[in-house]
Amino acid sequence: MAVYKRSYKSYAGSITAEWSRFWIIPRFAWHGLFKQRLLTILYVVCFFYPLGAALVIYFNSNMSFLRQYIPVPDRLIDIGNTFFFTFISVQSVLGFILTALIGPGLISPDLTNNALPLYFCRPLSRTGYVAGKMTVIAALLSLITWIPGLLLFTLQASLSDSKWWDANAYLAWSIFLSSVLWILVISVLALALSAWVKWKVVAGGLMLVVLFIGSALGEMVRQIARSDFGRYLDLAYNMSRIWGSLFRITEDTGSISLEESIAVVLAFSAFCIYLLMKKVRAFEVVR
Amino acid sequence: MNSVIELDQLSVRLGNRDILNGLTGTLKARTIGLLGPNGAGKSTLINTLLGFYPPHKGTARIFGYDIRQQRNAIRSLAGYMPENDCFIGNMSAVTFVRYMAELSGLPPEQALERAHEALFYVGLGEARYRKVGTYSLGMKQMAKLAQAVVHGPKLVILDEPTNGLDPPARLRMLKLIQEMKASGTMHIILCSHLLRDVEETCEEVVILKQGRVVHISNLEEERRLNKRFLELEAYGTQNGFLDAARAIGCECADLGNGRIKMVLGDGVDVRNIYQLASERNLQLRRLSNRRDSLEDIFLRAMEN
Repeated sequence: MAVYKRSYKSYAGSITAEWSRFWIIPRFAWHGLFKQRLLTILYVVCFFYPLGAALVIYFNSNMSFLRQYIPVPDRLIDIGNTFFFTFISVQSVLGFILTALIGPGLISPDLTNNALPLYFCRPLSRTGYVAGKMTVIAALLSLITWIPGLLLFTLQASLSDSKWWDANAYLAWSIFLSSVLWILVISVLALALSAWVKWKVVAGGLMLVVLFIGSALGEMVRQIARSDFGRYLDLAYNMSRIWGSLFRITEDTGSISLEESIAVVLAFSAFCIYLLMKKVRAFEVVR
Repeated sequence: MNSVIELDQLSVRLGNRDILNGLTGTLKARTIGLLGPNGAGKSTLINTLLGFYPPHKGTARIFGYDIRQQRNAIRSLAGYMPENDCFIGNMSAVTFVRYMAELSGLPPEQALERAHEALFYVGLGEARYRKVGTYSLGMKQMAKLAQAVVHGPKLVILDEPTNGLDPPARLRMLKLIQEMKASGTMHIILCSHLLRDVEETCEEVVILKQGRVVHISNLEEERRLNKRFLELEAYGTQNGFLDAARAIGCECADLGNGRIKMVLGDGVDVRNIYQLASERNLQLRRLSNRRDSLEDIFLRAMEN
């Protein structure tokens, strides 16, 4: 129907494949995201550490270049599991702050204006909707965590000898797995809070509360009860316990086993998904 | 004619309460009105047809697709305009309608083109770059209609489309519905408690009461039948007028004071009645078809 005719005409054109519609939700969400200046600045800041790390890796393998200007030792630092563990830790914190900014704005506007029936009266499932929203966070965080991490790993591997590769090949998997795990956990947390709290600022604040108050509460219980039971409440601790294992870093872990930490993280994620799916539906059934 | 909706013992239970109870019936018309008092289950029926609520027992079919098993196929064919405010407030109308069109399966370029067209069609052409959140209630209703028809669905479900509209906007909405019906490519289900809206636009009505179908009626057929039913007011002596009418095949009832009810026989039309009256010097001061309005049908259904 041409605009000037202003009469109804049905559509007889082509239809996109159902699988390709998955990208529509992230694409439209993406458009709105970078209109926020604070977010854009923070996102740029997230690339400073990877760039710095790339320079360190480069100069570490090319000390003769630096030695022309300043007196330096044979090697700046040892690039191994600790280097990449620190990299992932720093980037994860930045990713968390980024998620606290973008996550709450993903579902809450749809809930505030009751837009969910409009999504679900179309061939789109609730899982597809949540996965689409999650993709926004996952794509943004991937670009600052495991993708630069693997690029740094590749750079280091290309500049060092085969002995380094033999000793550290597992790090590629560790970088990827630790980042993906973190992304999934904070994505479901952000979306669950976004679904339950309509105010974006409050939802963002709650994300920080869940992480930091959880840690504080865990520590409090640990001190008062003199038991490691409080660690179960500390999401950050359990995540770093899993990361430590992935990066083969030995720390004082107390009496919480790796399996218990994995169970805590899985239970936390499952609870967030339960909360999310309870709210993400076309109409609520009032019992 | 193929059926649009087949209800087959459809029951829906929400929170241990039976909301719909064994709905059965076949609806075939191009525009179907869904009527009933508040709490009759109209919106629940719509939500169940769209797959938002699971049927407890029985099923329903839309264009032959089962709502239990072929939900996506149904949703691909349908457009839905919900009763309450439903929009994405921070999007411009054109982005919002385009977004909905893309989710319905239109490629991005066509979705954008159709979004512009749909907004012009519903009368929001000049305001299409404004954020939907800033629209008035009437404009939001129109934006909801635009998103429901943008992808050219085969079936459009309109839940209380004239809610909150002022009289000119209401007339415009009804005109749009009639135009869509006239396009011949779309079936419409209109859920409303405003009998006049349904009467003006629908060919078939389903009346619900306490979660049950109490009446299914084809308004076109009712209107045709009503044309055979006359109410007369005569002045003067009848001089065998009723007998003469009966002789040509009409059924008559004398209500006294010159008031007569009559069902025209086959092959008899109003002209013959005037002729009989004229031959007997009987003055017919009023002759009208019985108007069994939707309100009468509705009230009868409620009494039952």
